[in-house]
Formats: sequence, structure tokens, C-alpha cells
Amino acid sequence: MLRYTAKQLANMAITLFAVSFLVFALNELSPGDVARKLLGAYATQSQVDILYKEMGLDRPLIVRYLEYMGNALAGDFGQSLVFRRPVSELLFDRLGNTMILAAISFAVIVPLSMLLGVLAGMRERSLFDRAISVFSSICASIPEFAMGVFLLAIFVVWLGMLPGVSPLRADSGWAVWMQFVLPVLVVTFYDAGYLISMIRSSMVEVMRSAYIRTATLKGMSFRGVVAKHALRNALITPFTVILLQLNYLVSGLVVVETLFAYPGFGRLMLEAALSKDIAVIEAGTLVAVSVTMLTQLFGDLGYMLLDPRIRV
Amino acid sequence: MADVLVFDKVSIDYRGKAGVQRILNDVSFSIPAGGSMGLVGESGCGKSTVALAAMRYLPRGMTVAEGRISVEGRDTAGLSDAELRRVRGNRVAMIYQDPMSSLNPVMTVGEQLMEVPLLHGVTDRAVAFQRAVAMLGEVRLPDAEAMMARYPHQLSGGQQQRVVIAMALMAEPALLIMDEPTTGLDVTIEAAILELVRELRSKFGAAILFISHNLGTVARICDRIGVLYAGRLVETGDIRSVFHRPAHPYTHGLLSALPRIDARGKGARLHPIEGTLAAADRARPGCAFSPRCPHMAPAECVERSVPMVPASPAADHLARCARLEAVRKASQAAWRARPPAEAEVDAPILLDVRHLTKNYELGGRFGGRAKRVVRALSDANFQARAGQTLAIVGESGCGKSTLAKTISGLIPASAGEARLGDADLAQLPVDKRPRDLRRRIQMVFQNPDSTLNPSHSVEFALARPLKVLRGMGSGEAKREVARLMEQVQLPPDLLRRMPHQLSGGQRQRVAIARALAGEPDLVVADEPVSALDVSVQAAILNLLSDLLERSHVGLIVISHDLALVRHMADWVAVMYLGRIVEYGPADAVFRPPYHPYTEALLAAAPKPDPDAGAPTVVLGGAMPSSTQAIVGCPFASRCPRKIGAICDTETPPVRRFGVHSIACHIDLPPPAAGIRSQADAAAPPP
Ligand code: SF4
Ligand code: SF4
Repeated sequence: MLRYTAKQLANMAITLFAVSFLVFALNELSPGDVARKLLGAYATQSQVDILYKEMGLDRPLIVRYLEYMGNALAGDFGQSLVFRRPVSELLFDRLGNTMILAAISFAVIVPLSMLLGVLAGMRERSLFDRAISVFSSICASIPEFAMGVFLLAIFVVWLGMLPGVSPLRADSGWAVWMQFVLPVLVVTFYDAGYLISMIRSSMVEVMRSAYIRTATLKGMSFRGVVAKHALRNALITPFTVILLQLNYLVSGLVVVETLFAYPGFGRLMLEAALSKDIAVIEAGTLVAVSVTMLTQLFGDLGYMLLDPRIRV
Repeated sequence: MADVLVFDKVSIDYRGKAGVQRILNDVSFSIPAGGSMGLVGESGCGKSTVALAAMRYLPRGMTVAEGRISVEGRDTAGLSDAELRRVRGNRVAMIYQDPMSSLNPVMTVGEQLMEVPLLHGVTDRAVAFQRAVAMLGEVRLPDAEAMMARYPHQLSGGQQQRVVIAMALMAEPALLIMDEPTTGLDVTIEAAILELVRELRSKFGAAILFISHNLGTVARICDRIGVLYAGRLVETGDIRSVFHRPAHPYTHGLLSALPRIDARGKGARLHPIEGTLAAADRARPGCAFSPRCPHMAPAECVERSVPMVPASPAADHLARCARLEAVRKASQAAWRARPPAEAEVDAPILLDVRHLTKNYELGGRFGGRAKRVVRALSDANFQARAGQTLAIVGESGCGKSTLAKTISGLIPASAGEARLGDADLAQLPVDKRPRDLRRRIQMVFQNPDSTLNPSHSVEFALARPLKVLRGMGSGEAKREVARLMEQVQLPPDLLRRMPHQLSGGQRQRVAIARALAGEPDLVVADEPVSALDVSVQAAILNLLSDLLERSHVGLIVISHDLALVRHMADWVAVMYLGRIVEYGPADAVFRPPYHPYTEALLAAAPKPDPDAGAPTVVLGGAMPSSTQAIVGCPFASRCPRKIGAICDTETPPVRRFGVHSIACHIDLPPPAAGIRSQADAAAPPP
């Protein structure tokens, strides 16, 4: 298993280099050059050319890439053109905010969907099972923005209990923790709906299996059968999917972040893309790719721990 | 002493979308302490429901509508949940078909075994551990302590079933229910498991309810037998009475539909039971078997209910038939064995296979691991002859399916040749074969669904090869389809049906008709009947032998069933670990001198005869993996007749007795003239 981990980490490093180079090169090729953008539309061509030279943009792509990577490894991802701040600082802030939101949501979503999914799936077609199935498919099928608007209408407009925006600043009139409630709720409803139905169907399948019959006919109580024989088997398949939610929670929250004016990573990437803020896009892509690959690795490792059949 | 299990007039209903269906109807039997009862019947007869009902573990929707089931004198319907848990696993334990799926894949064998004592009164884990280790020893698993830490997937099929048996015996139950415990296992492993059950039964004294579709395994284990048909018990009695003097026409049918390994030679005709079990038969007020029964008389059989009546002077031999006397007279006249047909050894050779070899390369799952070579087939030599049947037998993994696939072009061979006329099949994958060559070789598979497209009607499936392979126009094809249907004895109104609207037997007939459509020279049939019930199987086998007799098609049949091979084959090749270890005319192969592996296979095959006794040789172990290079004899690790180190170090010579060849170091005596084979010495069939 150690060897497998080491190997995967090595693979990851290679992939990261490849991706970074690709993004770097693509950004170079995309229309509109950096110097022109910095100086604005009214600068003369010769001014642009001078800046172009000053920034070292006339050197070959590979040289500039190596320089960029060298700096990046030292923690310097360059300057953001739009925010006029070092990219690393910016990323650190935004990523931090996103991580808080992701962590809270993850901590709510995972136990909740495991509990409901397992309870529903252990007695297929019971009343509870049907109720949960309906609930989860409704949740999963409402898009985030609709759910967000809906919750905003209830808790902000109608009840006035919660803030409508979450800039995470104490001076906005609401305690910071209250600013988390709505974003977390929206993410939870949307994501848990999907996870619950996934865990439920895995549990249903396990409960139908022959080894569950074996355990029952050994004289084990229903509770014992569920806890000792069904649970672990039922979590094997959903496990990787559960971890994949981390990807979504880190880089896929654009809609929720935009809706609540939440200063997070997803929104940062959106803004950067819209304003062609190359340095931010490059660094952000690397972050997103790393997160994806790390969750993949943890997914594989956890999978191996849960299921002795695929241990290496 | 009280009976351990009593079914008293039990009826079980299933409430489903299609209304209420009676799954079991008025079933009564009892098993005394230490007794053993076998329940046989074909698929859908309700035998597994009996097992589950005894455990009070009926699937959702099924309820006991009438009657009572008692275990050790207590009505199971009256047990509370806690009481029921004390019965399950403790007083009554169950062993199932498919041991792999009945063991929890993520728990060690030891954990799963220890659960049983821990659930039933033992509190000390150390005690539970010791008992589990001891029990693994009892079921003859090597190195019990190490076995405790293994996961189920690390064991072979036979080992898994031993673990399941150990688990069932952990609490020393009064009753052991076995539902098809050896189905899906290889014959040699089946024989070893059955021997183990017999041995443990006398040691632990548990009563046994043994459920099987295989009369041979029941004959080996049980002293009483019950025959189920459409949810009703149609005959019960002492095993010898029922096997030697079957009273009910259905029992009779089952026994005479069975190909027998102790037949005197090829060719004796089987007696299939006509028709199939229809869903409506369960609800019949009269005899459920009446639509298929040759002795049916409406007034006695159909119009009123038929009770169980004494069937012979033997005590407790009962049958549910209104015309026992008439049936007895008729069946005495019916049995006439055909004289054994001498194989024509010199029929023209169709397919000449020489040094055929197939190796696969396997990489490790996560890359990186060294490539391994699987030697699926090594240096196979044989001939298939026009109008004759060559059977290839061996346990799963012996390479017989690889052989079939290589000949039919589904996978390319690594070396060697297979000549059909002037074409070398070994080098021609199916998509490179000219149309005419494709026409000349056809396949029939175990599962006809894999050749029949589910969205095409029977007519389409049959007309297509006629048009493609024989270039027929629509009108001509239509006439030919009608002729084919007649040939495989299917009514023409099935032509419009879709494959899923046919029964398994009908589908296999369509598959055969399709194979014949191109007028092939050679048909390769891979386990053509092993998915079918006995009575249907017999009809298909008869059909195949009729077709062969009429045409000059050569047939290669791949099978694990020696009785079937004895019944059909003119030539036999016995395979082990990718090699042909014995090859020759069937009469020679089924008679000494044997290759030690053939001898073991013959001994292991279950015989539907309660007096057959224990097999003379029981193979231990399992076939080694074909990834290791073989030095010496491939069978050396399991051979009961191994003569010494030479078997491990030197490739055995091929000994020839005319056209019969055996690869073995033992200096076998040539077959003495006039010596009666082991098969001949056995009792003649009833
Ligand atoms: S009762 Fe009639 S139909 Fe039924 S098995 Fe007996 S003879 Fe045949
Ligand atoms: S060569 Fe030796 S090991 Fe092989 S079958 Fe003959 S006696 Fe057995």
C-alpha cells in the first residue's frame, strides 16, 4: 500500500507539471496580450512593446515557464492583474474561506446522508424508505440557485432570521457564523440528496445479498446484521463518491458563492476567467487539479482499506 | 424421539402483482433425529421455499397459508423474535448454493465462524476462537489457524464451501438444511464435499434436509427422499424404494431422463418428459402433472383432487397418483435398452488438430507487477470425425472452453494448427474467415441468450444465417426456416415470438436450429444442456443425436458431465490443466486402463443409485494455477496414483493402445480382452 501511495504521488507530480505547462501555454496563445491589457487601449504600440520586453515576454515560452514554475515552487505565483495583489495571498484568503464552507458542509452532509441512506436502505420499501427516497430525489433535482433563492425568500425576506449575503465581515450587521447558515444549507440540500440516494441503493443491494441471509440465519438480530455485516459493505461503493464531493465543495461552489456574495475560491476563478487574469487562472487551475487528484488518491486508499478484495 | 422437523400439510402463498400464487401445496413430511431426507425437483418446484420456510425466513410476500411447521416439537409460527434467533444457527443451520456469495466478503473467515458461538451463549472470544479452529480442522481445511485470518476471496470454491459447512456445524445443530450445496462446484470437489457431509453426519448426528436437482447427490447422502412437482410432494419414501421402484410417472420420468455413466455404451435413448411446467399447473385442482403425463385419464386425474396413497409394500412409500396400478404395468413394458453401438473409428476426419497451444499474458492489476503467462492450452492433438461426437471433458479451468473458442475463431491460437479441409483455423480469427468457412463451423453455447438477439424474433434469427451464409432469397429462406423448426421439433407458431417469450429448452432448440441453418460440417457445443432441467435436457440430447445420425455433421461437445459424455460421445478427450491427458474412443476411455485423472473423475461423478457406495478415489486439493510452468506431469500435485519423483520431474510418456492414448508414467497394462469394465459391472438401470 505504501508503494502504491508513493507511486500515485509521483504520478500526481508529473500530471501537475503537465497541466501547469498546458495551462501556461494555452494562456499564452489566447488572444489579447498581457502588456496591452495592462496599459489599456490608448497606449501606443511602442509603449506596449517596451513593457513587453521589460516583462521578459519576448523570451521563449519554455524559459518563461521554467521561471514561472521555479517561482511557484517557492510560493510566488505572480501578481494578479485585476486585484493588484500577489496571487498567493489572494488564493490563500479565498481558498481559506472556501475550505471553511467546504468543511462545515462536508461535516453536515456526510453523516446525514450516511444515516438517512442506511436507515432507508435497510428496510427496502418501508414507509421510511419511501419518504426518504422522495425527499432525496426532490433535493437532488432542484438546482442550487433555485434552492438558494427559495431559502432566501423564506429565511431572509419573509422571516428575516438570517442574512441574505455572506461577505464574512463582522461589520455587515450579522454575526459571522450566521452568514454561514444559508450557504451551508443550500449546499447540503443539493449534495446530500444525491448522496442519500446513492448510499440507499448500495444498502438495498447489500441487504438482498446472500451473506446477509447467512448472518440472519446464524441467529443474529436485525440490528447486529446491519451494524456488523451490512454497513461496511454498503459503504464500499459510495465511499469514492463521498470523497469526490470534496472536489465539488472546493471548486464547484461558484453558484452558491455568487448568490451569497461569498468571497470564495469558485467565485475568484470565475472573476479571473471573465477578466483574463492569467496568473490567477494558472494558479487556481493547479489548486483545483491537486484537490481532485488528492481526493482520488484518498478515495483509492480508503477503498482498499474497506474492501480486502482489492488490497495490493 | 421427537421428529426434528415436521411439515404438516403446509401450503405457502405468494402475493405478488399477478395476484395470489400457491408456491407450496399441502406438503407433509418429517425428519427424525439423525435422519436425512432429500428433496428433489426441477427449477420452480418450490424446493428452496421449503428450506426457507423451515427457517421461518420466507421472502417478502410469501406466507404460510395453511398447515404448521415445527422444529423439535415447537411450532415455528409461535416463536417470538428472540426465540427464533435461538433456533436459527443454533438448532437449525443452513448451507447454501454458491458459498462465495454467502460469505461476507469484507470479514475474515475466523470472524464469521466465531460469531456463531458468540451469538449462542459463549462469551469468551478465546473459547470461540478455539472452537472455530477445531471446526476448521473437522472440515479438513489445512492449517486452520492461518485459515482464520483469510478473507473468503482468498479461498477456492471447495474451501469456501467447507468454511460454510464449518459455520453451520459450529453450534452442533439438530438439523442441517442444505440447499444445492454442491451445485456449481466441480465433480471432484463435489465428491469430496459429499464425503465430508457423510462423515460429519455420523460424527455429529445432525438430521439433514438435502435439497437438490441432482438425483445422484441425493442418492449419496439421504435415506429418504421426497419428489416435488409444482409445489406438491408427488412421491416420498425410503430412498431405495423410490429409486428402484418409482411409482409416480414424474419420478419415473426424472430417473429415465437421466443419462447414466454406467450405461453399457453410447446410444441408449433417453426418455424425456414431454412438455414443461406451466404456471397454471400449480393451481390445478386435480393432478398438477396431468398435462405432461402419458398415463393421464381425465376422470381420475383432472376432475378431482389426488391424495397421497401408499405406493408399494414398503412402509411410508407414498405417491400422489390416482392410477398407480396402470402406471406400474405400463412402465414395466417400456424399458428396452438399445444394444450398444460400436463406434466407427475410421469415419473420415473433419478437423485435424495438432499441437494447438494458447497462452495469455496477464499484467498486474495496478501495472508494474511482472507479466504472467497463463498456459490455457498446451499441445492439444485430436481429430473430429464426420458424423461422430467428440467430447472434451475436465473440470473448470482445464482449458476446454479455450479450446472451443480457438476452434470457433473467437480467440487466436498461439501455436499449432487446426485443419478443416485445407484451411487452418488456428490462424484465422472469425472475422478473417471466408464466409464459406464460417458457414462450416457453428457454435452452440451453454446460454442460448448469448447467441440470440433479444430484440429479434425467432424467424429473423433463423432466416438471417440462411440469407447471409447460404445466399437464399426470402421465399426460399422461409421454407427452409419451416423445415428447420420441424427438425428441432418446435411448433411453427413460435416463429413470431421473441427469445424471452420462450422457455430455456425452446431457446436452446432455436440455437441449435440456427447452428444447423448454414448446413455446417462441424458444430461446437459448449455445455449445451448444463443450464437446463433434467427432463428438458434429455429431449435436447435426443434431438442432437437424431440430427447427427441423419446428417454427417461432426459434433464437438464440451462438458463437465461424464454421464452425458458417456451417453453421447464416440470419442473422448480428457483435459487437465490445458493438456489432453487421455484420448480415445469412448468405449476405451470409459474402461480400464484409465489415466489416473479419468479414474478419479469417473469415481467422483454422482450416480443416481443409492447402492453405489462411496467413491473409490476422492481427489484432494484443487487444480493448480495455470500460470506456473509445469515440469513433469500436470496432475502430479493431486494424483492418487503418483509413482514417485519421476512424476514431478519428467513429462509423462504417451502410452498408446491402438487409437487410445494415455499420458502417464505408470506402465499400464493393455486392456485385457473379455474383461468387463467397471461400468459394466454396475447394476443395470431400472
Ligand atoms: S394422477 Fe393421473 S395424470 Fe397424475 S400422475 Fe397419476 S396417472 Fe398421471
Ligand atoms: S504421470 Fe504420475 S502423477 Fe501423472 S498421472 Fe501418471 S502417475 Fe499420476
